[in-house]
Amino acid sequence: MAPLLTVRDLRSYLATGQGVVRAVDGVSFTLGEAEILGIVGESGSGKSVTCRTIVGLMPSGITHISGEVIYHPHGDGSILSARQSELQSLRGSQLAMIFQDPMTALNPVLNVGDQVIEAVQAHARLSGGQARSRAVSLLRRVGIPAPEQRMRDYPFQFSGGMLQRALIAIALASSPRLLLADEPTTSLDVIIQDQILSLLLDLQQDTGMSMILVSHDLAVISEVCDRILVMYAGQVVEEGPAADIITAPRHPYTRALLDAVPQGEQRGQLRSITGSPPSLIDVPGGCRFAPRCGLAVDECWSWETELIEIGGPGRLARCWRHDEVERSPEWQASDSA
Amino acid sequence: MSTGWAASPSELLMKAATRAAGRRRSTVRRRLTLIVGLALLALAIAAITLAPVLVSQGPNTIDALNPLAPPLTPGHLLGTDQFGRDVLSRILYGGRIDLAIAFGATIVTLVSGTLIGLVAGYLGGRWDSVLMRIVDLFFAFPFLVLVIAIIAMLGPSIFNMFVAIWITSWVAYARIMRAQTVVAKRQQYVLAARALGYGRLRVMFRHILPNTASAVIVFSMVDAIGNIILAASLGFLGLGAQPPSPEWGTMISDGQNYILSAWWLATIPGLAIVFVGIAFSLIGDGLADLLRPGDR
Repeated sequence: MAPLLTVRDLRSYLATGQGVVRAVDGVSFTLGEAEILGIVGESGSGKSVTCRTIVGLMPSGITHISGEVIYHPHGDGSILSARQSELQSLRGSQLAMIFQDPMTALNPVLNVGDQVIEAVQAHARLSGGQARSRAVSLLRRVGIPAPEQRMRDYPFQFSGGMLQRALIAIALASSPRLLLADEPTTSLDVIIQDQILSLLLDLQQDTGMSMILVSHDLAVISEVCDRILVMYAGQVVEEGPAADIITAPRHPYTRALLDAVPQGEQRGQLRSITGSPPSLIDVPGGCRFAPRCGLAVDECWSWETELIEIGGPGRLARCWRHDEVERSPEWQASDSA
Repeated sequence: MSTGWAASPSELLMKAATRAAGRRRSTVRRRLTLIVGLALLALAIAAITLAPVLVSQGPNTIDALNPLAPPLTPGHLLGTDQFGRDVLSRILYGGRIDLAIAFGATIVTLVSGTLIGLVAGYLGGRWDSVLMRIVDLFFAFPFLVLVIAIIAMLGPSIFNMFVAIWITSWVAYARIMRAQTVVAKRQQYVLAARALGYGRLRVMFRHILPNTASAVIVFSMVDAIGNIILAASLGFLGLGAQPPSPEWGTMISDGQNYILSAWWLATIPGLAIVFVGIAFSLIGDGLADLLRPGDR
């Protein structure tokens, strides 16, 4: 599989009143053509910031970004150092992004049709009529019934699921090769979630685009993705093929996340991960998950963490005791649980 | 029995529906504000446009036999001033100057202030600091003193009064617009627009401006009244319209000498200002409701 996007040692530090937040702290991965990569992790683990940094949407004055993002069709240079205008022409035409909350991601004072038409015309010279008919077919493709009529409606007249469909239509307006979906189903109910996911999957198969799907929901990720990246406290803690991650996690955090997914039949108390993620301002040395980890021993607190290759290539875990992370029912996420 | 708290769900739904219908009616009532305001303004504009048809005597024509005639005198519906000039005629012709100020001064400051605020708010950083310090500088001066100083430099005339207003009153628009823009640019739809590779100008003018313009447009209606009153004040101080041009403020200023013997000389131009002021403020209220997103 030819690589489409290579991210190397990406760091995105934000200056805030309390100090420097190391939101993304050395993330590396490669995304192949037509591959779907899932990024999973809890709130504040740096998933969204990773995506926004890749497309250059972080606020300029207060963010310090380092590392490389190579979008292979655009050459071997990092697009992080590309000129603003260059990046701008890539955005929308080659890289598209959909956001978490469809209710606020459309302009409230423009009708939906105009916004789709605008996106269609942004990167292609089309006459008004051509753009309109392309917009109608896009809206029909994403499953909006009676698109000619619905185009005249304003965003507040759409339901959440319909809005997310419209946003997907907008993102696909210029047939991007990479779609970054930042928690596209988080604010939708489960039935709509499922519809949107199968729509995304369907579209991906039709167009052969690559996709990065960000979510905190392992169920969502495992359903759709080829490979999974697990993030914790701004770092990748585990990476591997989706099936491997789900069936044989090799990092205690992934393990704990999987244990927290409620099982269908079994009743009783839900498992949770005790404690809370560390502050990203004063990041402690050693393993960042150690304070919440059931496997933690003294060495973990001082271990200079690195991603260790286990099994085959592309199967990585940031835990030196990865051999002991097995998926057995007796295993506890933490001492106190 | 189904009364009070024991009402059945269907009855509760009926009540909710009735309330919703009531809200819909009140939307019409809000539109009514705008319609009445526009009608009053249209009336005023029609009257000053048709002035030559409505009154036979010119604004500066002297009826030497009838000075200080009270209102309802035959031939002089609103009376005459100390020179025997017809007050109604002067009100109508004077209105041309005052409404020109309301529109001409306001539109220029609305557009320039809005653009400056939009640029400062969206680009931020150095642009924002420099532009907003200039705004602060203007706010630091007492407004009327600044206007008077500019007119004193340029010489008193109606055009110079326009210039003075253009120079000084864009700042309020810039400040309002900047605040609105700073809020809007953090909204997700702006981020989404940028993620689609839209350029700065497109994001500013097509995505932010329509969402933020309502505040400045509504303020401009208040400002239009303010500009009429400012023109009247400057006329009153002898810095605006020069005699014998009929202008409402100048007329009030002239009439003050006769306030005890001929009350209508100062009162009637005052009422004209009030009339136009009510029209503009109704339009402002109406627009405020109309331009609120999600309410159309």
